[in-house]
Amino acid sequence: MTLLDIKDVNKHFGGLLAVSQVSFAVRRGMIKSVIGPNGAGKTTLFNLIAGNLPLGSGRIFFDDRPIHGLQPFQIARRGISRTFQNIKLFPGMTALENVMVGRHTRSRAGFLGGLFHFPATRREEEAIREKSFALLQLLDISQHADAEAASLSFGQQRAVEFARALASEPTLLLLDEPAAGLNIYETAEIARLITKIRDQGITVLLVEHDMSLVMDISDEIVVLSFGQKIAEDIPSAIQQNREVIQIYLGEADA
Amino acid sequence: MKARGYLPILMLALVLAGVEQLTSWTSTVYFLTQMTMTTYYALLVIGLCLVMGYAGQISLGHAGFFAIGGYTSAVLTTFDLTPLLARGNGAVSLLSAAGLLVSRDNLYGETLLSVNPWLACVTAIILTIVIAFFIGIPVLKLKGHYLAMATLGFGIIIYRVALATEIFGEADGISDVPGFPLLPGVIVSGDFSNRVQNYYIACVLLLIGFALLQNLIDSRVGRALRAIHGSEEAANAMGVDTARYKLYTFVLSAVYAAIAGIFLTHYNGGIGPSEAGIMKSVRYVAIVAIGGMANLWGALVMAGLLNFLSLRGMFGSYDDAVFGVILIVIMLFAPQGLLRLQLWHLFKKSPRDS
Repeated sequence: MTLLDIKDVNKHFGGLLAVSQVSFAVRRGMIKSVIGPNGAGKTTLFNLIAGNLPLGSGRIFFDDRPIHGLQPFQIARRGISRTFQNIKLFPGMTALENVMVGRHTRSRAGFLGGLFHFPATRREEEAIREKSFALLQLLDISQHADAEAASLSFGQQRAVEFARALASEPTLLLLDEPAAGLNIYETAEIARLITKIRDQGITVLLVEHDMSLVMDISDEIVVLSFGQKIAEDIPSAIQQNREVIQIYLGEADA
Repeated sequence: MKARGYLPILMLALVLAGVEQLTSWTSTVYFLTQMTMTTYYALLVIGLCLVMGYAGQISLGHAGFFAIGGYTSAVLTTFDLTPLLARGNGAVSLLSAAGLLVSRDNLYGETLLSVNPWLACVTAIILTIVIAFFIGIPVLKLKGHYLAMATLGFGIIIYRVALATEIFGEADGISDVPGFPLLPGVIVSGDFSNRVQNYYIACVLLLIGFALLQNLIDSRVGRALRAIHGSEEAANAMGVDTARYKLYTFVLSAVYAAIAGIFLTHYNGGIGPSEAGIMKSVRYVAIVAIGGMANLWGALVMAGLLNFLSLRGMFGSYDDAVFGVILIVIMLFAPQGLLRLQLWHLFKKSPRDS
């Protein structure tokens, strides 16, 4: 069953066609990856889905409802959560507080509740804290819960960002190059984690450079090149695809 | 969580009461006049601290909101409605019938019929909310320098309006503003007999305002604000309606400024255009900066100290210059503020050591 449906999406920056007529669907419960060389339009596509960029043309449906034209926060409320290529944690806030912000869409207290701390507000706050701490435990970084996010190592920051994205209990998780900057051990750890997330019923769409990660965990792969979709298939088929090999290895043989 | 939050406020209350006792023992009760004024300014400053320090938005127009509050209350409580009532004006008759008008004798022995201070206060706050919304919606789309310039422009407009409008008393401002009876026997006014009482009124108002803001910061909304400050894009991706949060925060802090303006106007018995001046806004920004931006306590302490010194005339004719220098020096050498030296961190084990 289709969860995310991308239809004929276009985006150009001035004369540059960053994403051109891209269509594909993500079925519920799968890990789908978008790969492609630098500048293929992967991150642009991601930002279009998450609402950070306005669509040039085309349509995007999530759970059979259109999400194109919505603001990022509205898309987040529909159940799409994301991480960023260059980790965007909130500096000056602890790891735990960062994750607690991720509970925003799952909690309600407004300005009045904040000013007056009604009993219900306090109960909700306690629930937010517990749930967030549990996520840090799940990702094995709960010992750093009270550390300022900026003081953590790169790998730990990535884990906090994961926890923050999961805190909203999303239906679809968008991961923008989750292995960027990680060593092979950390990458293996991330692979294990993403699989675990999928096994909990969360659909994952990821953009990634790291071929080994993508080939290991993806159920399906979309290949972009110069903004166009040139292949969409299961990993083993993508590995055999001549066009994909040409793009990645160059056109050496005639 | 709760005990840790309210204990310092209780201690602050004790300190404020101790200060009053001290002035009484040392026969320096006259200090309380400036302290009361300082306390009202501090109310404005902590509201601005929320916008600047926590939501990360600058406002160089807060003296404008202070003035909107003060002038609205001043006009309504001094404008003589007797002729309008005599002419049978519907609205005025209605207010009169509802008992919302009060009559009193002014300095010249004439009898004035004007709006009840409570009604004036509520009207001033509502007007401030409306104006803050309409200013905030377009202006808060801007960032950094542009936001600073736009709010500065708003401040200048308010200042020029106050200076050029007859009903606002032009350069003279409005005087003979009556006291504001909060409760039977509790009146916000500058009578010497009420000096101690008024100091405590101001302190209670400040403590309540402070406790509410501290609550807000330590809540889902406060977290969202700090998240916006940290990364607006990421906050938005987490489902935070960043534009709305910034707007509400701006409006809330404008209300703080307006309440400070209303009470100080009743306390001083008047308000003049200098209260709306740009240098006042710059001063408030400088105080928040020297207090450490995202530091409610820092803003409070610095607001108390600097405003008091300024009101006592310690800076002489260099008053505004002092605040300008403070702003420059802080931005250059201690952008985290003076009170951000969190000494206890030196004793806490760093998380990396574990």
